[in-house]
Amino acid sequence: MVKPAAIIGQIVLYGAFAAFIGYFATNPTYKQIADDIALVKLSISHLGDRECRKRTPEELAKMPPNMRAPLECPRGRSDIKLVIELDDKPMFETIMHPTGLSRDGISSVYKRFELKAGSYKLAVKMNDNLVNPGFNFVKEAQITLKPAEILVIDFNPDRGGLFFQQGSAEKH
Amino acid sequence: MHFESISPGIVPRAAQILFERIENLFDRAFGGADNPLRHLGALGLYFLWILVATGLYLYIVLDTSIEGVYSSIGWLSREQWYLGGILRSLHRYASDAFVVVMFLHLLREWAYGRYHGFRFYSWITGVPLIWLVYVSGIGGYWIVWDQTAQFSAIATTELLDWLPFFSEPSARNFLAPDSINDRFFTVLVFIHIGVPLMLILGLWTHVNRISRVDYLPSRRVMLATLASFLALALLKPALSAAPADLAQMPAEVPLDWFILFLHPLTDLTSPAAVWTLIFGATLLLFALPFLPHPAAAPIAVVDAPNCNGCSRCHVDCPYEAITMAPHPHKPNHKIAIVDADHCAGCGICAGSCPSSTPFRSQQRLVTGIDMPQQPVDALRQQLEAQLASLRGSTKLVVFGCDQGADVRGLAGADTAALSLICAGMLPPSFIEYALRSGADGVVVAGCRDGGCEFRLGMEWTRERLARSREPHLRALVPQERIEILPAARGEQRRLAAAVAAFRTRLESQGEAARPPAYSRRSHG
Repeated sequence: MVKPAAIIGQIVLYGAFAAFIGYFATNPTYKQIADDIALVKLSISHLGDRECRKRTPEELAKMPPNMRAPLECPRGRSDIKLVIELDDKPMFETIMHPTGLSRDGISSVYKRFELKAGSYKLAVKMNDNLVNPGFNFVKEAQITLKPAEILVIDFNPDRGGLFFQQGSAEKH
Repeated sequence: MHFESISPGIVPRAAQILFERIENLFDRAFGGADNPLRHLGALGLYFLWILVATGLYLYIVLDTSIEGVYSSIGWLSREQWYLGGILRSLHRYASDAFVVVMFLHLLREWAYGRYHGFRFYSWITGVPLIWLVYVSGIGGYWIVWDQTAQFSAIATTELLDWLPFFSEPSARNFLAPDSINDRFFTVLVFIHIGVPLMLILGLWTHVNRISRVDYLPSRRVMLATLASFLALALLKPALSAAPADLAQMPAEVPLDWFILFLHPLTDLTSPAAVWTLIFGATLLLFALPFLPHPAAAPIAVVDAPNCNGCSRCHVDCPYEAITMAPHPHKPNHKIAIVDADHCAGCGICAGSCPSSTPFRSQQRLVTGIDMPQQPVDALRQQLEAQLASLRGSTKLVVFGCDQGADVRGLAGADTAALSLICAGMLPPSFIEYALRSGADGVVVAGCRDGGCEFRLGMEWTRERLARSREPHLRALVPQERIEILPAARGEQRRLAAAVAAFRTRLESQGEAARPPAYSRRSHG
C-alpha cells in the first residue's frame, strides 16, 4: 500500500518533471536579431571562367588526327573576385577559390550581414576570370530594407548575372 | 579476497554519491521498482514507443506540400485538438523527455563507472545513438515549417557548411521563398522516419549483450509519465509558430532548448567552437573506456567435473556471458562456457549452481562454476569459522553485498558478517546451512530494489528465497528467521537499525516456531 506522503511526493516530482519539460520546450524565446535589423545574405556559387587558347596549325599538325581540337582549355578554373560596397564604402571583399583537387569545381561564398533597417546604395562587383582586370559583372541598386527583411545577393548567368532578391521578387 | 582496483576520480565519485542520494530520496516516494531514476533506459524506450505511435498518426494526416505541411499540422492543433492536437503534443513532449532521460542515463552510467570492461560494448554502441536522436529531433522540427523550423533549417545548414563536405553551401537551399519545393518535405519525412528506424536498430544493438532487458518501466511509471504528458498537452498544447517566410528573418522564435540548443550556442560562439564541442564530446565518450579505470574483476571459472550442465547459470547470468556446450567428459551432458568479454565477475552464476551447496561432504567444496576471488569453499570456511565464534542469546549471520551497504561493520560477538561480490552470489543452501549450524536468524543485505549493480542479483535472491527460482530455499527452512534488507552503499546505519529490529523480533518470537532440525545448538 502506497503511503499518502509517497503519493504526494510522486505528484510533486512528476509535476516538476512535466513543468521542466513544458517550460523549456518553448521558453525562453530566442531573439536572433534586434528589432531594427535587416539581413543581407550573400550567396553565390559559380564556376569561374577559364582561359582557352587557339592552337596553331603547327601544333595541330603534331597531334594525332583524332585529337586535333582547335582550342586548348585548361581544366582548372579561375578564382573569382567579389567586392561589395555599401553607400560607396567597402563592405566586403573576397577571393573565391574553385573546389576540387584540380581546381575545376564550383567557387562559392555564403555570408550574412546585419544592417540597420533603412535605405542604402548597394553595389556588388564580380570578376570570374582574374586574368582580366576589373569586373565583368556589376550590380548596383538603391535598396530599402525593412526590419527583419532579408535581401539576397545571388548570381545566375541565366538571370543576367548578379541580382538582388527581396521577398519573392527579384530586384532590378 | 578481493581484486585490486584503481579508485575512480573525485568527480565521478562525487557524481555517484549525488546520484545515490537522489535515488535513495526518490525511493521514499516511488519505491525501487517505480523509481524513474533507476529505470532511465527503460523509460527512454517507453518514450520512444510513444513517439513511434503518435508519429504514425501525424504521418497519416501530414500533407507534404509547402503550404500543406504548415496547414495540415496546424489543423491538428486547431480543429482536431482533442485527438491530433494531443497526439502532436505527446510527440513533442515525449521527444523532449527522451532527450532528458538519455542524458541522465549517460551521466548516471558514467558516474557509476559503467563504461569499461564487460560494459564496453554497451557504452560504445550507445554513443552514436545521441547523434541519431539529434538528427531525428532537429529534422522533426523542420517538418512543421513554421518560423522555428525556418530558423533551425538555416542555422543547421549554416553550421553544416562550416565543414568541408559540400562543394556548394547547403544553406543556399533556404535562400529565398522559391528555393524549396514540395519534394523537400517528402525527403524530410523520409529522413524523419528512416533515422528513428536506425535509432531503434541501434538501441537493439545497445542492449544486445544483456539478458532480460528492461524494455519498459513499471506500469505505474508508464501511466504517471503519460499522465504528465497528457496534462502538458492540455495545459500547454504544442503549437506552430507563424508560418515560415524565407524573405523574412524570424526576429523571435519559441525554441525547444532540449533539441535546438545548438543554434543559440552557435550564435553565441562560432560554428568552429560548436563542432569542436560536438566532435570533442563524441571522441571523449568513445575514448572513455580506454582511459585509466578500475581493473576488471576476475571472471567466473567452470569446473568440468562438477558442472552437470543444468543451465541455471546460463539462465541467470545478467550479461549473457554463459553459453552451454557439449560436455567434454560426460556424454549427453552440457557444460557452461564463460565468455571473458561478457563476464561481469558478479558471481550470480555461483549462486545459481546446484553444486554450490555447503552441505556437500567434500573437504574442499568445489562447485560447477565459481569465482576465483571468492570461491564458495572460502565462503563456507568463513561461515563455519564465524559461526563457531558466535556468542550471545540471538546469533545472527548477515550476508552482505560489496556493492551495497558495507556489512562488515555489523560483525560482533553475536553477529557474523560476510560480504559477497553480489547478493545474487549467495546459494540459498548457505542460509539453511547457517540456521542448522547454530544461527538464530539470517539477514541477506543487498542493493536497493532496481539499484542492483549487476542488474538481477537481488531479484534472483528474492525469487530463490521465495522458492520461485532454482536453486530455491528448501520449504522446511523457517522463513521467519530470514530477513532480506536492501540497503545502498553508505546506508550502514539504516541497515544496522534494521538488523537490530530483526534481532528483537526473533527474540520476541522465541523457540516455538523453530523446526527440530533448526533447534539451538552449541557450536563451541
